[in-house]
Amino acid sequence: MTPAEIRQEIIDILDDISPDEDLDNLDDQKAFREQLELDSMDFLDIVMELRKRHRVQIPEEDYGHLASMHSTVTYLEPKMKDL
Amino acid sequence: MYDTIIIGAGMSGLAAGIRLAHFDQRVCILEKHYTIGGLNSFYRMGGRDYDVGLHAMTNFARKGDKKGPLAKLIRQLRFGWEDFKLAEQNGSSIRFPGVELDFNNDIAMLESEIKSRFPDQIDGFRSLCGSLLDYSDMDGDSPDFMRSAREVMAEHLSDPLLIEMLLCPLMWYGNARENDMDFGQFCIMFRACYLEGFGRPYKGVRVILKNLVRKFRGLGGELKLRSGVANIHVEEGKAVGVVLDDGTELQAKRILSSAGTVETMRMCDDITEPDVAKAGKLSFIESISVLDCKPKELGFDRTIVFYNDSPNFHWERPDDSLCDARTGVICSPNNYIYDAEEGELPDGVVRITTLANHDLWSDLPEEKYRAAKVTQYDEAVASAVRFMPDFRSRVVDTDVFTPKTIRRFTWHDNGAVYGAPDKQLDGTTHLPNVFLCGTDQGFVGIVGAIVSGISMANRHCLQV
Repeated sequence: MTPAEIRQEIIDILDDISPDEDLDNLDDQKAFREQLELDSMDFLDIVMELRKRHRVQIPEEDYGHLASMHSTVTYLEPKMKDL
Repeated sequence: MYDTIIIGAGMSGLAAGIRLAHFDQRVCILEKHYTIGGLNSFYRMGGRDYDVGLHAMTNFARKGDKKGPLAKLIRQLRFGWEDFKLAEQNGSSIRFPGVELDFNNDIAMLESEIKSRFPDQIDGFRSLCGSLLDYSDMDGDSPDFMRSAREVMAEHLSDPLLIEMLLCPLMWYGNARENDMDFGQFCIMFRACYLEGFGRPYKGVRVILKNLVRKFRGLGGELKLRSGVANIHVEEGKAVGVVLDDGTELQAKRILSSAGTVETMRMCDDITEPDVAKAGKLSFIESISVLDCKPKELGFDRTIVFYNDSPNFHWERPDDSLCDARTGVICSPNNYIYDAEEGELPDGVVRITTLANHDLWSDLPEEKYRAAKVTQYDEAVASAVRFMPDFRSRVVDTDVFTPKTIRRFTWHDNGAVYGAPDKQLDGTTHLPNVFLCGTDQGFVGIVGAIVSGISMANRHCLQV
């Protein structure tokens, strides 16, 4: 997957978790938490959905990398590039 | 071999099942009863639909609200708002002799009521609101969680009558402890009832249950009714599976039980004597009246009335009598603001809930049990009509369910509606792969139970 595809996948997951959110105006550099009403349960869901859909394992100590869209895509790129 | 076996197909078990099945676990929900729902079930009798449990769903939220437990559970279960489609309450009241406080889903109403009835208490009420624990502090770690709610309230309010009045709905809708409440539980219920408020789906609790089951099965989950668990089989300090009442053995990596703390311990075959003293004691009877008119035609538009016939609110099991009708809850499912397309409910209904003693009801021989249902219905209604228009000449049908009925639906010791007073908030047990959800884990009520199932599934069954 290219970074753009990974980004789209994250958007799909966010849309699935929280269909009422407006994701069109998401600022990739800003933290998700500042723009969306996501709590720790929702962050767990992003991790779980990635595992379910792509068998990507994210250890708990790496959850901090999922703060913003930019940091998430950067973190996932090496894990998902061969998918 | 299942990944997770869930005991109980009530709100919490079904919600947990959806979470686990969504994330590809092999899950089986085992239900002892022949129907789903547990404490929040439904039945049909004489051509009419009845709910068990549900008067109102607490934690009301409107479509698009992003905060609060209802929004959270809709997201976590991948539902849409339309799946619950809650109609808002007309408004409810707390009625004590000579004084009444109205409230609705906007806290400003209760505030203005307190301001006019208890003018010298309004600042205290506001400071009490400011001291409430947040939902994020509800895991029990806050040092204030286990404090006495009465004690905390007395730091803010000096009028004992107002304290009793505010406690009355909160204890009625979710307090397993007699006479006092843990402050944490008080905060949960305060938010659920006063800050968020009441709603109801037009078709009652069956809509919610049917949506939960449909989703669970759609994800490949298995649901087995009439499948009571006789034993949780323990080997070398770990559960390896369950044995059903009919002898069937099922294996699982872990077990999530909504049966209750004591009830679950009793199933574990490594425990011989569960500590039954820890079981809850508070149970209810419900006296249902079907009217030949709508309650509002009799001048009754309240959604819920919480009444108490003296300045002191007695929240305890009646020890020497079948029932205690000094306090009660009057609910009319007609008195919600349903969508125009849904229209009005077909029948006018008044439901009255009063405190009852499970053991005394259960000890009655069949004939006396039937007779007691009639006399206790009369007593409950006679008590309630002191706080609402007298509807007795308009009754066309009645039904009563008792602690015995509640026990049959839930299998909880003592027919305890809100479970044990001491909650196991982290959901753990003496076994490393048996966990609790539902009434004895924490939050109560429909939304609370669903959130309990979700959070225990996330915490103990998914992050592995």
